[in-house]
Amino acid sequence: MLACIAEEIRKKAWRGFTGRKWQEDINVREFIQSNYTMYDGDESFLEGPTEATNKLWDKLQQLQKEEREKGGVLECETEIVSSLTSYGPGYIDEDMKDLEKVVGLQTDKPLKRAFMPYGGIKMAEQAASTYGYQVNPELHKIFTDYHKTHNQAVFDAYTPEMKRARHNHIITGLPDTYGRGRIVGDYRRVALYGLDYLIKMKEKDLFYCGGINMSEAHIRLREEIAEQIRALKGMKKMAEIYGYDISEPAKNAREAVQWLYFGYLAAIKTQNGAAMSVGRISTFLDIYINRDLQEGTLTEQQAQELIDHLVLKFRMVKFARIPSYNELFSGDPVWVTLEMAGIGMDGRHMVTKNDFRFLHTLENMGPAPEPNLTVLWSSRLPEAFKKYAAHISVTTSSIQYENDCVMRPVWGDDYSICCCVSATQTGKEIQFFGARANLAKCLLYALNGGVDLNTREQVGPEIAPVKGEYLDYDEVMHKFNAMMSWLVELYVNTLNLIHYMHDKYYYEAAEMALIDTYTRRTFATGIAGFSHVVDSLSAIKYAKVKPVRDADGLIVDYEIEGDFPRYGNDDERADEIAIWLLKAFMKKVREHHTYRDSEPTTSILTITSNVVYGKATGATPDGRKAKAPFAPGANPAYGAEKNGLLASLNSVAKLPYEYALDGISNTQTISPDALGHSDEERVDNLWHILDGYFDKGAHHLNVNVFGVEKLRDCMEHPEKPEYANFTIRVSGYAVKFIDLTREQQLDVIARTEHKTL
Amino acid sequence: MTKGKIHSFESFGSVDGPGVRCVIFFQGCPMRCRYCHNADTWDFSRGEEHTAAGLIDKAERYRAYWGDKGGITVSGGEPLAQIDFLTELLEEAKRRGINTCVDTSGQPFSENEPFFSKFEQLCKLTDLFLVDIKHIDCEQHKKLTGHGNENILKMLRYLSKINKPVWIRHVLVPGITDDDAYLTRTREFIDTLSNVRRVEVLPYHSMGEYKWRELGLEYTLKGTQPPSKERVKNAEKILNH
Repeated sequence: MLACIAEEIRKKAWRGFTGRKWQEDINVREFIQSNYTMYDGDESFLEGPTEATNKLWDKLQQLQKEEREKGGVLECETEIVSSLTSYGPGYIDEDMKDLEKVVGLQTDKPLKRAFMPYGGIKMAEQAASTYGYQVNPELHKIFTDYHKTHNQAVFDAYTPEMKRARHNHIITGLPDTYGRGRIVGDYRRVALYGLDYLIKMKEKDLFYCGGINMSEAHIRLREEIAEQIRALKGMKKMAEIYGYDISEPAKNAREAVQWLYFGYLAAIKTQNGAAMSVGRISTFLDIYINRDLQEGTLTEQQAQELIDHLVLKFRMVKFARIPSYNELFSGDPVWVTLEMAGIGMDGRHMVTKNDFRFLHTLENMGPAPEPNLTVLWSSRLPEAFKKYAAHISVTTSSIQYENDCVMRPVWGDDYSICCCVSATQTGKEIQFFGARANLAKCLLYALNGGVDLNTREQVGPEIAPVKGEYLDYDEVMHKFNAMMSWLVELYVNTLNLIHYMHDKYYYEAAEMALIDTYTRRTFATGIAGFSHVVDSLSAIKYAKVKPVRDADGLIVDYEIEGDFPRYGNDDERADEIAIWLLKAFMKKVREHHTYRDSEPTTSILTITSNVVYGKATGATPDGRKAKAPFAPGANPAYGAEKNGLLASLNSVAKLPYEYALDGISNTQTISPDALGHSDEERVDNLWHILDGYFDKGAHHLNVNVFGVEKLRDCMEHPEKPEYANFTIRVSGYAVKFIDLTREQQLDVIARTEHKTL
Repeated sequence: MTKGKIHSFESFGSVDGPGVRCVIFFQGCPMRCRYCHNADTWDFSRGEEHTAAGLIDKAERYRAYWGDKGGITVSGGEPLAQIDFLTELLEEAKRRGINTCVDTSGQPFSENEPFFSKFEQLCKLTDLFLVDIKHIDCEQHKKLTGHGNENILKMLRYLSKINKPVWIRHVLVPGITDDDAYLTRTREFIDTLSNVRRVEVLPYHSMGEYKWRELGLEYTLKGTQPPSKERVKNAEKILNH
């Protein structure tokens, strides 16, 4: 297949690169392993922002301010359906376009939101009308009468039971009205191989697909490959609009950054998934930058500028969303998740200078929620890098950490994080995003015979409600197990149906074009209300829980007599219930058929939706009041932690990652005063905490370093300039605090307060 | 085997000694500092009984976070008030190679036997003492804490004599301890010691006030505000030269 790229092109583009396999087949991982340069030094080589960077960032901040003043959206498209080539070139500022080292916008103007109806026309229209924009009625007609959307298809096929479960929020956040996201194209392929080669490789796959046995699966795949080839050709045209020819491999760092970004831009012009990760690009790009630095064609300042400008583009990714979506995923996140560091399969660490450059963008341009910078941690990373990452956490609260040592054995050393915490092998694998099942509600169904407390509908199976003055642990466990079996079956079936329709009506051609044709698939599910179920079961087991019934005989509240161990105190009695719950749920998921022979996984992750999920859920036997927010992700319940941060971390670290391969999210806020006397001590203490936590086998940690006073002041005075970019980590992503709803702000404050007392 | 009376256990301490530390709070304190934010640790009849091995087992669950510098800090309450158990606890810690800090007011210190020999032994097991000088003036000290400070200063001189590392801490309470003259006197005293590795100013805060209420005690500093940033800086400047 070498013949696909002419020798003179290879000689030019791949000069100085070593390794063989990646030259004979698509294999970015092998290219990285053969060519990257480890960096053990500190941050002293880094350069500040250039004048161009300052000007562009100032302009973008001004636009973001206008956007906030207009209620969250600067402008919405109402006439043009987004596609790879539906717009002419767009720039941050037409007058400063020569300053942009990396070009390409989703639409023709910065922060203007594209019209993306394929997930669901109603939602696309509502997203626009919420902000005062009216979509052209002709488009309504086209996507209602002539062209079916994903949303329409899903609702055609939903069973009454599925609709009931959805409506009662026991299954929540389902991707049935917009793109499912979480599919990470290997955007690096665009830079390394150029599009002509990628097209040829897909044409070859198409040629051979179904040649012997034209089954339904082969027919579908043939159609999909054809779509992918069309998308690759569209990408070329899209780049041409900006004056670039990306049919050949990138020849230098600037081209590599630009080519790669075009690949990503193709994805965000055609899909509005909740999470649109860019993936593990830092080490890859370092190879190009390093070559240019050595050849003397690039200075460190220019290298930093390239990365700054790429990050500027990631900070601008926007989608039009409906209000109920914003309630779930507050602060307009897009999860442009980007990974760095980690350890290679051969034992070499993968920290490069570029990892420092990406972290440094938070200093050059201040804190920001996007891209979702993720450090793949190991205690074996070089100390200078650990310190710099901890320093960035202490000063910006903008990055997250995930344990490379639990992920590497499962996913290898070239995985990307496709959302907040979910790993996926780059270019080799896709994930079907699966939202969450509300297990706290499931427990209440078990107690109340399947009746939902809010709607009084019979949602679950009509099993006998629990009887007696006090809850009996064995009886509750028996019923809860049965109810969970019902829920898991319904949940998996619902997801099967959604993903079938998504493939059919909103196929991710641009992303899939940059992934192997014969891809591995994982099928993600998720748990909400985790800690409340654990503590409830512990309360029933170790204390006496007296149910309070209303006139209809439904249990609406609980009186707890005596104390009981809670998850989050490194107390085996509660923690073993937590481990049981995760394993029991996952085992049930595994029993079912999952769409397209995918491998099922689960996560303990709730984004900011812990507030909304809690709101839809009655009081729980752990003492949580009706409608009160859940603890986010795998976090212990508010106020449960009595022995401090490390005891809480120890509890979470006990959850076996092998049963939650989609991720276990944990968010912790530490007041600067509690972390150390000086910045130097804070940095030192933080990286030691990370070493300890991850050496214990934990999966993920969001770290915030600020005090509750700052949160309160920011809530009351969002107009203060110092708060414009004040970023905090929430479950799995980062968000500007001023962009949260007041309810969520109060929730974050409440959680932080519990810690300081 | 002695059992200790323990108030509580904090898995994450990062300001009570070097690095990341587990802090074990002893129950019971003879001092009655007016600004105390842990008034619930005073009463010797309360607390949960623990063995030394049990507590160190618990602390060791956090060893992975300690790195080279961290370890355990014994605070309170007043650790020296249970010196027999404290010694046993630190012996156990040292057997397992754990770095040890003792956070004390020094009030139980005495040059008389049997205390003094016990203290000598304790010093061998303690890597660092954190000593709070509540007030440099004996009379003021009495008003503030209910006890004079002679033996506390004696303890510090003794620790200096044996060259045992010490961090001095000083709680800055507006109107009580933030007078420049007193601060200067404190500094002059510190200058006579050779073992002081660090002097920390701890700004007064009223976050423990609710505990007084819960205990049915009258909080006599009601309405006292935390010191301003300038006053904290000023105190740091004087105490650290």
